[in-house]
Amino acid sequence: MAASPLRVSGGTRRFGARGQQFTVFEGLDLEVEAGEVFVLLGPSGCGKSTLLRVIAGLDELDEGTVAIAAEEHGRDVGIVFQQPLLLPWLSVRENVTLGLNYDANRSADEPGLVDRTLAEFGLTELADAYPDELSGGQAQRVSLARTVVTRPRVILLDEPFGALDPLTRRNLQQWLLGIQQSLGLTVVMVTHDVEEALLLGNRVALMSPSPGRICRTWELSSESREARPMADLREEVLQTYAEVARLAPGNTSGFAAGL
Amino acid sequence: MIGRPPAQDDRRDARGRSATGVLTAVGYPLLGAALLVVLWWLAIKLFVEPGSFLSAFAPDRGARALVDLVGDGTLNRHVIASLKRILVGLGIAAVIGIPFGLALGGLPVFSKTIGPVASFVRMVSPLSWTPLAIIWFGVGDQPVYFLIAIGAVWPIALSTSAGVAALDPQWLMLGRSLRASRVELLRTIVWPGIRADVLTGLRLALTTAWIILVPAEMLGVDSGLGYFILDSRDRFAYSDLVAAIVVIGALGFLLDRAAHYLLTPRRRTARRPARQRVTGPAEVALAEPGAREYRI
Ligand SMILES: Nc1ncnc2c1ncn2[C@@H]1O[C@H](COP(=O)(O)OP(=O)(O)OP(=O)(O)O)[C@@H](O)[C@H]1O
Ligand SMILES: [Mg+2]
Repeated sequence: MAASPLRVSGGTRRFGARGQQFTVFEGLDLEVEAGEVFVLLGPSGCGKSTLLRVIAGLDELDEGTVAIAAEEHGRDVGIVFQQPLLLPWLSVRENVTLGLNYDANRSADEPGLVDRTLAEFGLTELADAYPDELSGGQAQRVSLARTVVTRPRVILLDEPFGALDPLTRRNLQQWLLGIQQSLGLTVVMVTHDVEEALLLGNRVALMSPSPGRICRTWELSSESREARPMADLREEVLQTYAEVARLAPGNTSGFAAGL
Repeated sequence: MIGRPPAQDDRRDARGRSATGVLTAVGYPLLGAALLVVLWWLAIKLFVEPGSFLSAFAPDRGARALVDLVGDGTLNRHVIASLKRILVGLGIAAVIGIPFGLALGGLPVFSKTIGPVASFVRMVSPLSWTPLAIIWFGVGDQPVYFLIAIGAVWPIALSTSAGVAALDPQWLMLGRSLRASRVELLRTIVWPGIRADVLTGLRLALTTAWIILVPAEMLGVDSGLGYFILDSRDRFAYSDLVAAIVVIGALGFLLDRAAHYLLTPRRRTARRPARQRVTGPAEVALAEPGAREYRI
């Protein structure tokens, strides 16, 4: 087995000025295996997006380390946000190509890559359309393609289907599963949706709030899927989730100095 | 309200024109112009004694003068001189105003420090700089360029800065997540994102420049429409003066229209909200509007 592509050790992130600091997460450990879908569940505000931003290099840890095994071609991590964030003045094809035009990703490019990616993401017909002509689900596919085309070793998805209607969401989940398997992607995905977590995840981790930590992990190998009725598992995850959510800030302000 | 781009008119058909559209676009303005001429003519008729020197200001006299001036090429020379000054002045204003606006909108420290000073300078009428301009640059085209530029730089800088401030910070985060360098961010996200604002600024700047041009040309130059007005007065050629005023108004109007046409981006811009059109294979697209709303 190759070295794990992503490892966070003792990750701590605080916000705010000294004296009244707010600890989002503290001493957080996380390891993701190549080719797996690692799903992160957790109540609102427990720091999931912050953690993804840290892993993506858009924010920095106060303590601890993020280790990402380097890929030969392409970049290390790519992130897909909850909003598609398509640039409205670019066509679908141009949006997908955006990252490849940056010097840092040039080495990921090769002839035919964009066309191939458009085809894989079912966007060939829409290549010349503009974002305001797309449905929400199509836009989110473009957003995914834009990240995948730069060939990151690990792809971070922050509630990518959160804003979609249930049916589109379902379709995209199935489709993501297919893409993930055929391209052998390593995925870290944040969601609030337990169903989605159980459908997509090889491992599902539950994050507790204030300060955030991974408090429980479920393995969902194909054997364990068969050994246990899904409903049973879902019940257990939901129950743990509810227990954890009771700790969530929201009514309390969540200051964790000294805890 | 200053110039909403015509493309936003909802009533137009697929070709962008409709019968009422043509009437609105051409008929009403012509009617307005005709009304103005009639009032003008009536005023002269009613209040000016025949034979008085003021009768030279009548529209028919002005029109005749205009034909003559165009015919013998006099006006063309002045018009060309004026247009050249406008272009150079605007060019200088853009070269200074766009980077200045980028800094104002993008660098908080810069805008906190320089912003108040800039508003102070902006409030000084450009023509107040005339004596200084002549001391600095001597007589000739240069002080005119300077006066135009110092007036036109503000609309450009302020529109640019407003555009930068209104850029969705998430776009920048997206760019960084794709590992864009600062220059790449500027080129592929900031600039296209604010282009519409910069163009709006240029349009406003053109109007400002045109208004500054005429008085600026009344100093130390021997060509241009401003110069021609003074020259007509000195020659007691009041009909020529009328012709010059008409030309100034008409050219300004045409320039503004042309700027509208040329500087209104036809491609989708950052600000236009998404159309609620939904196409799509298989998938049912009842997406929440929020999913593809680009925050302003
Ligand atoms: N830049 C910031 N400055 C200060 N506080 C921040 C910042 N970013 C996030 N936070 C705080 O950190 C906490 C975690 O935020 P984060 O967005 O990571 O939560 P989340 O788990 O993704 O929540 P959700 O499920 O609602 O998206 C929140 O309390 C938030 O207010
Ligand atoms: Mg979040």
